[in-house]
Amino acid sequence: MANKVIYAVYEDPEQLKDGARKLVSNGIKVKDVFSPFPVHGIDPIIGIKRTRLGIVSFMFGITGTCLALLGIWYFNIFDWPMNIGGKPSQALYKNLPAFIPVTFEFTVLCAAHGMAITYLIRNKTLPGMPARNPDPRSTDDKFIIEVRTAENHGHSAEAITGLLRETPVFEINERQY
Amino acid sequence: MHSEAAIREPLILGHKTYGDITNDIVAPIENKAPTGWYVLMGIASIIAAYGTGCILYLISKGIGVWGLNKTVDWAWDITNFVWWVGIGHAGTLISAVLLLFRQKWRMAINRSAEAMTIFAVIMAATFPGIHMGRIWMSYWVLPLPNQFGSLWVNFNSPLLWDVFAISTYFSVSLVFWYIGLIPDFATIRDKVAKPGMKKVYGILSFGWTGNAKAWTRFEEVSLVLAGIATPLVFSVHSVVSFDFATSIVPGWHTTIFPPYFVSGAVFSGFAMVQTLLLVMRKVMHLENYITVKHVEYMNIVIIVTGSIVGVAYITELFVSWYSGVEYESYAFINRATGPYWWAYWSMMTCNVISPQLFWFKKLRTHLGFTFFMSIIVNIGMWFERFVIIVTSLHRDYLPSAWNMFHPTWVDVGVFIGTIGIFFTLYLLFARYFPVLALNEVKSILKVSGESYKRDAANHHHH
Repeated sequence: MANKVIYAVYEDPEQLKDGARKLVSNGIKVKDVFSPFPVHGIDPIIGIKRTRLGIVSFMFGITGTCLALLGIWYFNIFDWPMNIGGKPSQALYKNLPAFIPVTFEFTVLCAAHGMAITYLIRNKTLPGMPARNPDPRSTDDKFIIEVRTAENHGHSAEAITGLLRETPVFEINERQY
Repeated sequence: MHSEAAIREPLILGHKTYGDITNDIVAPIENKAPTGWYVLMGIASIIAAYGTGCILYLISKGIGVWGLNKTVDWAWDITNFVWWVGIGHAGTLISAVLLLFRQKWRMAINRSAEAMTIFAVIMAATFPGIHMGRIWMSYWVLPLPNQFGSLWVNFNSPLLWDVFAISTYFSVSLVFWYIGLIPDFATIRDKVAKPGMKKVYGILSFGWTGNAKAWTRFEEVSLVLAGIATPLVFSVHSVVSFDFATSIVPGWHTTIFPPYFVSGAVFSGFAMVQTLLLVMRKVMHLENYITVKHVEYMNIVIIVTGSIVGVAYITELFVSWYSGVEYESYAFINRATGPYWWAYWSMMTCNVISPQLFWFKKLRTHLGFTFFMSIIVNIGMWFERFVIIVTSLHRDYLPSAWNMFHPTWVDVGVFIGTIGIFFTLYLLFARYFPVLALNEVKSILKVSGESYKRDAANHHHH
């Protein structure tokens, strides 16, 4: 039997969640969900773990802080200490108040860009990538559940669509792959 | 799904479906632009071309063609710089601070306010650039190894802090804006019929899929970026104010400058958002999304920040007297009664007195009046920077050095030109970009949409 991919199309995020709950409670694995905006509460239903991008951002930020302090220490304290108006640059800790603004800005710069780049790579959204959503309506007004028979050996395609029809589904599409 | 109190006014009027929201925003991009757009674009681009000419003339001749002199060595250039940076603050405030406060009304206006921020910051950055005189040396502000021995930039200087603050602010705002745009570009990609447009928006949308994990990441990135953009936006105008506050010029040497500048920035930024959106909602028929309630909320922000600015002006005045420092006192007497009295009183009228009219609900919900006030506030905030910069410099410690500032046609041309460039960029944005954050507006439709709220209320009564 050929493997099938089933797309259940809904018109409302709450109905989509009902559909996903129905499948999951019958032991069917939901491959993915596509929607025009974030469907709050879908992640625990279909078993998506919390993203670690926040941690990534923190790591980039702290790297930025360290780099900024190291750079400023090297430029203005170690390599070429300036004496402006009788106020010499003597030690990093003595001049620290004046170094806070740049350190802060550089921390934000690294945290924001580091996270943004990681986000784009992890989502595989980069310039020139082709559209990979299964149905163009999923960025407009439709909410789609994707189920693969290859991941659900105990259930036939007919059984899965039968369950879906018990929910307020708008349409069901099947494709071979 | 959570529901919202019936007493809260709806943020999306009429009966809209998700599909209607897509069509309302994508149709103007796909169809021919209205005649009004071509007229506005024509005017804006002529002014922009003239301004670009003035800038090129300035660069080729040197800043001697401006009206600057040995006493007043900062004038319209830095006034315009601070004015534009200030305008830029509203976008980030709306998209970041209001996101942290979970204000749903931000969703209809954040996209265009952020676009405005980016264009305003570009205009702002132009001024210190051309004020350097030799713009081709502008990379000297970076800490680069160089042939002058180990001479590095001075990290103790607020001018250098500004380099880092403005460039960080610009690039982070741009990224924040673009990350929000990606899913909406995907909506356009999947909606338009013309193959050329499909291709272009396909490239712009980076292959967005909108699957569950992508949205989880999207929301995390939005939240964290908002969290770090919030202190960033406050830091930027604080750093701009340090350019003045850390000096010893009477009238500049003031510790209240950071909060005073930040609230002034938000004040002027919201005024510019009103100027742009009141026209845009009319021309692009967005009345159902950018409602009178949105305009009223923004006017409330204008009263709050305008009042903070008013208190700052009065505090400044009081402290100059109370400090007993005669140079400081003179600076303020000179502002109010000296040769630039007209600038001071224009600033006071536009920024302190006129926003108080918004206490009347009739006035703050009147669109024509709001538009008029938004222009008044923008004029007032330009005068504020002119007063702080020129009136403080033109008479400081040494009376023999006192002088006046007279702008030349190049000063005027460059300033007007940046307004032209700004509007050209904004009009291009309004024509080709999704002017509403589609994905965000759709997410509040069933909570804050008028017909859905009415249904929920009726359901509740039964």
